[in-house]
Amino acid sequence: MSTVAIITGTRKGLGRELCLHYLQQGFMIAGCSRGESSIDHPNYDHYSLDVSEEKKAVAMIREVYRKHGKIDVLINNAGIASMNPIPLSPASTALRILNTNYIGTFIFLREVGKIMLKKKYGRIVNFTTVATPLKLEGEALYASSKAAVETLTKIASREFASSGITVNAVGPTPIPTDLIKNVPKDKMEALLAQQAIKRFGNVDDLKNVIDFFISEKSDFITGQVIYLGGVTN
Amino acid sequence: MKEEIFQLLFAQAREMGEETGQTNLLNPTVETKLYHRDGNLDSLGLVTFIAGVEEKISDKFGVDILIVDEKAMSQVSSPFISVQSLADYVEKLLQNESGE
Repeated sequence: MSTVAIITGTRKGLGRELCLHYLQQGFMIAGCSRGESSIDHPNYDHYSLDVSEEKKAVAMIREVYRKHGKIDVLINNAGIASMNPIPLSPASTALRILNTNYIGTFIFLREVGKIMLKKKYGRIVNFTTVATPLKLEGEALYASSKAAVETLTKIASREFASSGITVNAVGPTPIPTDLIKNVPKDKMEALLAQQAIKRFGNVDDLKNVIDFFISEKSDFITGQVIYLGGVTN
Repeated sequence: MKEEIFQLLFAQAREMGEETGQTNLLNPTVETKLYHRDGNLDSLGLVTFIAGVEEKISDKFGVDILIVDEKAMSQVSSPFISVQSLADYVEKLLQNESGE
């Protein structure tokens, strides 16, 4: 029986790449984004929604469960970033970032987690960033939202531990995607200089960590945050 | 509608009773305690119970309600104390849903 996965933020960037990667491995995937689908595949269903819209997210997740009878994997990829010094950051931006990065992750984790509880099996992967442990200036709103995701990951791992559900997080270094296209070059170089391995990450680096987290064999791996590039907390 | 909700909660209680061996859940009544100091469910059991109820509501009434409450862990005002309190709460959620 195929592995059934939900991946959020699948229209572009890393989410799209991950989706194509797991479709190639025979997964049945339901994805979502605020826009229309950019993936046409018989094993892919797309939902146009904002991950922080609770009612729509719940309806999507329950529809996926009704269709497949299970959800094995959740990859909470959807995220937005903002680079701005704190004194110049509007509260509305803080709210928008928290809504997508934290509230969206929370809603999907809660709802998919409840379904996984019934089956006593599940693999949940959340997304954080190296900006959180590196305490990057100008990334307070983004890094703080991901700090919340890290804490959510660690507590959820404990709440779900006795039910065969693992909850982990991956923290990519900058990977050339839309998310960082507007970040000045000198800022990027300064960031890379803080990594143990001083290069941009790539999608394969990320797939490798997620493959590990969602493997059936990784049933003793939970509550962990893995940063790429040798960044440590 | 209330009677249907009770029947649905009883069915979920019996399922949980069979699964966990918790005999008080095998013959549930409206007074059966769920999450309470004298209750039959621990916090994880309550979450599993609620997930099952949400699914049954969806099957029975064709609507997706979300059974969450910030007072869930309260020993006084939680809607999850007993079958009766949960049925009242679910009825209210269904009424809100049909009124939207």
